[in-house]
Amino acid sequence: MSFDFDRLVVDDVSRNFGRRRALTRVSLTCHGGEIVGLLGPNGAGKSTLLAILSTLLAPSSGVVRYGAADARTAGHALRARLGLLGHDLYLYPELTARENLEFFARLYGLAGPRERVTQALTRAGLAERADDMVSGFSRGMRQRLALERALLHAPRLLLLDEPFTGLDDASGQALVARLRGLRHEGAIVVVATHDLDLAEGLLDKVAVLRDGRLLQVSDSAASLRDRYRETIQAAARTADHGRGGASAGRPS
Amino acid sequence: MRQFLRVAWVVMRKDLTVEMRSREIVYTTVFFAASCVLVFAFALVREGRPLEDAAAGILWISIAFAGTLGLGRTFERERHTETLRALMLAPSDRPAIYVGKLLGILALLAVVEAVLIPMIGVLFHAPFMGSPFWLFALLFTGTVGFASVGTLFAAMLVRARSRDVLLPVLLYPITIPVIIAGVRGTAAILQATPDEPMARFWVALLLFFDVVFVTLSLWTFEPLMTE
Amino acid sequence: MSRVFAPLAFVAVALFAIAPIIVSHAPYEQTMGLVQKVFYYHVPSAMLMFISAFVCGIASAVFLFKRSAGADRVAVAAGELVVLFGMIVLVTGPLWARKAWGVWWEWDARLTSSLLLWMIFLAYLLVRRYGGPGSEKLAGAMALFGMANVPFVYVSVNYWRTIHPKTSVVMTLGPGMRSAFWFCAVSFGVLYVLLLTLRRRLEDQQAQVERLYLALED
Repeated sequence: MSFDFDRLVVDDVSRNFGRRRALTRVSLTCHGGEIVGLLGPNGAGKSTLLAILSTLLAPSSGVVRYGAADARTAGHALRARLGLLGHDLYLYPELTARENLEFFARLYGLAGPRERVTQALTRAGLAERADDMVSGFSRGMRQRLALERALLHAPRLLLLDEPFTGLDDASGQALVARLRGLRHEGAIVVVATHDLDLAEGLLDKVAVLRDGRLLQVSDSAASLRDRYRETIQAAARTADHGRGGASAGRPS
Repeated sequence: MRQFLRVAWVVMRKDLTVEMRSREIVYTTVFFAASCVLVFAFALVREGRPLEDAAAGILWISIAFAGTLGLGRTFERERHTETLRALMLAPSDRPAIYVGKLLGILALLAVVEAVLIPMIGVLFHAPFMGSPFWLFALLFTGTVGFASVGTLFAAMLVRARSRDVLLPVLLYPITIPVIIAGVRGTAAILQATPDEPMARFWVALLLFFDVVFVTLSLWTFEPLMTE
Repeated sequence: MSRVFAPLAFVAVALFAIAPIIVSHAPYEQTMGLVQKVFYYHVPSAMLMFISAFVCGIASAVFLFKRSAGADRVAVAAGELVVLFGMIVLVTGPLWARKAWGVWWEWDARLTSSLLLWMIFLAYLLVRRYGGPGSEKLAGAMALFGMANVPFVYVSVNYWRTIHPKTSVVMTLGPGMRSAFWFCAVSFGVLYVLLLTLRRRLEDQQAQVERLYLALED
């Protein structure tokens, strides 16, 4: 029961929580071997979109297609091809680094769990601390371990929610190198981030979200930071325009 | 099927390993259960001595209270690290995760009961060892009934507000038949001549309850846990 | 909806206007006398309470498994009616018991089961109110489990009672009483349908307001 895909299509996806619209008609396409950046201010809906892409959340309308299938038709074989590195790192502090990875390896039914875990620990640079409890790790160490956990099953689609937070310069660069490696292997990487400097030069595609809406980003030669600022300011201007006209008739 | 059992086993082993590191939940829950017994012993008195007939009732009340506490604490741990989401991301039948969690809770309650039985037996002069088979049958079927509903409710409350008070609010009314069956069955076997047909009736009822509610829990786990 | 509401309300009011007259004309029961007449309101309320519990349970199951928001709206209406009719049962029951047996409560199997069912659906409403976002699903599970529990509750309470004195609640219905009973049952049934429809309409309208709010954002 294996399943694979090389294209991710977000088709007119909206999501609301009661009265609050978190995402409004977002459409996006990503291909294998691409790193897509999800940028936007806090509360723009980046985490919500990532949750929907990881199948943890269902869209209120619209559909997400993985290749030709969607979450329901693909069943749980789909989750074997997805990896999520969330804001909460999903590590058990009472277990050692090795135990954490072995648990997830066994949970995912991976062959040869012990060897895989040893390799992953080496890649994370945690080989000497393998048998220490995660509760004693620094943020950067936990991040590296969590990344290895998300990659243990070699997912086709890797989703990262603010992965650069709390990383020092060296770790940040190491993560960038890792993501480039994954792109080379044909994975689809979607990264939600605030760190525009690190993302510069890394992203193949840029998606900017504001208030749940996807904005058009210019393809100019300007730096990522400039392009992002420009996009956000343009959106704020159109929003003010609309608000000025409609405020007369809006109930208070 | 083999994948289902493997996932359940892996989840249970992880829970037990985590618990064994600190043993926090085991120690505090057992102690809490023991305190319950004492509180009831002092509260239910006749002529200055604890009510001996109350042994069956006190046993099951303490199991229910300790079980609720243990369930709350176990899932609070998962909530704290958001690891329940990581479990939901695994490529397996989601009900397997429910079963793994349920087995962990059963292990916890088994330890609690292993402490409560001798304690109540001694304090209330209750002849539990008169019919060990029926006692075991009652405890097993009753605990499974209570824990099956409890694990489901505790899991679904992880993302809810007021979760500490809502767990008992939801759990106790649904598990009243379990309590009734457990208490009456235990009282039946604690009599001078154990009433085995009565015990058998209550065990049968509990078995039926277990089948129905474990099945319902397995069916509803996935729709409840996905948003 | 509103076309059905007006005539239904009229019928319900008419039935309840006539009901007390019918009840007072019904023959007196030998042992209990006047007090027995509470039965004409007590039993139909109990029947509707149980029916509503099943409606709520089934609607919740449809909501959980078919993700139908409409089913959830029916469920909340039915859930509230379980609590409402349950209150009628639990007030009229002790009133009857006090006069018939001298005590307010006698752990009668049916009354106790009703109390438990009432509490389960009270918990249903509490979860919906205080559970925060996503509590409709939690409540739905509670309703489903509550409904599945009805036979277990009845059997266990019934057999638990064997140590208590058996008090008979069942009386033989004389011929004059039967028509009065069914008249009241029908009246309550019409009232139930009316209240369920009204409450569900309120939920539907509330959902529409939410949709409009969302559309405004677009």
